[in-house]
Amino acid sequence: MKFIAEVFYLIAALLFVTGLKKMSKPETARNGNFLSSFGMLIAIVATLVHYNILDWTYIIGGILAGSVIGLILAKTVKMTEMPQMVALLNGYGGLASLLVGFAEFSRQFYDVTNPDVMHSIDLYTSITIILTVLVGAITFSGSIIAWAKLKEVMTGKPILFKGQQFVNAAILIAAVVGGVMFCINPADSYYIFIALIGIGLILGITSVIPIGGADMPVVISLLNSYSGIAACLAGFVIQNNALIVTGSLVGASGIILTKIMCKAMNRSLANVLFSGFGAVQVKSGSGEKGEVNPVSVEDAYALLEAANSVCIVPGYGLAVAQAQHACRELADLLEKKGTEVRFAIHPVAGRMPGHMNVLLAEANVSYDHLYEMDAVNPIINTVDICLVIGANDVVNPAAREDKSSPIYGMPIINVDYSRTVIVMKRSMATGFAGIENPLFYKSNTRMLFGDAKNVLQGLVAEFKKV
Amino acid sequence: MTLDLLVPLLFIFGLAIFLGVEVISRVPSILHTPLMSGSNAISGITIVGALVAAGEGHNTVSTILGTAAIIFAMINVVGGYMVTNRMLSMFRKKEDAK
Repeated sequence: MKFIAEVFYLIAALLFVTGLKKMSKPETARNGNFLSSFGMLIAIVATLVHYNILDWTYIIGGILAGSVIGLILAKTVKMTEMPQMVALLNGYGGLASLLVGFAEFSRQFYDVTNPDVMHSIDLYTSITIILTVLVGAITFSGSIIAWAKLKEVMTGKPILFKGQQFVNAAILIAAVVGGVMFCINPADSYYIFIALIGIGLILGITSVIPIGGADMPVVISLLNSYSGIAACLAGFVIQNNALIVTGSLVGASGIILTKIMCKAMNRSLANVLFSGFGAVQVKSGSGEKGEVNPVSVEDAYALLEAANSVCIVPGYGLAVAQAQHACRELADLLEKKGTEVRFAIHPVAGRMPGHMNVLLAEANVSYDHLYEMDAVNPIINTVDICLVIGANDVVNPAAREDKSSPIYGMPIINVDYSRTVIVMKRSMATGFAGIENPLFYKSNTRMLFGDAKNVLQGLVAEFKKV
Repeated sequence: MTLDLLVPLLFIFGLAIFLGVEVISRVPSILHTPLMSGSNAISGITIVGALVAAGEGHNTVSTILGTAAIIFAMINVVGGYMVTNRMLSMFRKKEDAK
């Protein structure tokens, strides 16, 4: 009977891999997601059939409750709120693994309601259980903090205090010491076990609070990876291949995304995790400022009207102003009169990997118009107009030119190489990272001040007049 | 003794990591958000462990913990797959839209 269950787990794992493989193209991605969910159904059914389930009430109740909550979350979440949703789901994944580890502990070692019976413990199980519980706890509390920061129920600013590194190191040492004590002498381990859950939860909190809001894309990618690793460890505990394979896939996915995000910000992971970027008020070489060239909506219209190719560079400011639809409308009008329109998306535009693409797709921008930074930069000098909407740091030439700038070396979209740049901006205020942007003072830059949505609607109205 | 068990499990683990890196580095950046929510759904596989803990009825504590784990894992599974599907259905080419 175990053989049959294992075969079904194998089929489920293959479906997960196939599903992820189909994610490599937008055409097949939906189908891939469907295959993957079918794999999950197979895994669940195989488990229910194979194991000797004595009591169905809790199982059915749990499945129903979880499904309803999941359904409501998925149906009601706004696309701008996706980072919070993913942070929350990461946290639930970690919590589920933590609970499974805890349940296995009670089942195999020590049941608090029946304290006279203490089972014998082997080293393998005690190590895997304690690791599952620790990683699960860190993932859960870390994700909740990330969620709170993204949701802005707590400050997005890094929370730093004196001796923070010391405190973190002390907590980490406590976790290691506690873990070793648990594994060596599991006989009186119950309180150590509970304490370790607490330590894991504290560690999750203290490791995420010093990270600023702008760095959240890295953090949720990393926590995504942790949630996979927690599931994988839980697989080691119950010796289930399906969990190990699947957990590793998710772990790998999270790590790849973390690497991409770090590269896009030109920072090492250690730098993101420990430096509290944005806490220190950075002043870059601000000496040579110069004149800005403000233009009116009519002037901007005249420039766009005459352009043969336009490249739109959106930033999170576009989403904040709820201007995606107005932006798509403008792009459609430009296209209708034969202008070549591209959307150039920086990897860290938005609040999580790929976020801006989803926001534009929601506004019905065709996905073959969405270009990655590396696809646009080589041809950017052939573009007549770059229209920068609500983006700042990702188009800041200081990253290329100014060695004293804190973002020096970060890959940017080189909009200043195009013939004319129109920057749509509410005011001259600095961006998320608080860094001066010399782009605004370049001779081929025009500043179009105002709320992105109003300005875009103004431009659309101009086009419709004719 | 059970450390012997670890070898085949580590074997599988190593290969799965390798496979994961190969497959996922092919996902284009425009699909990275659905990739994350989709992989969230997949990490709900912990439900397998939760079902065993809740259903085998060894003791009250593991049943309660297992049931709670089922709820959270199921939120991941259902929420993750549905929201991924919702996002992916928005990715259209112009020709398809009309």
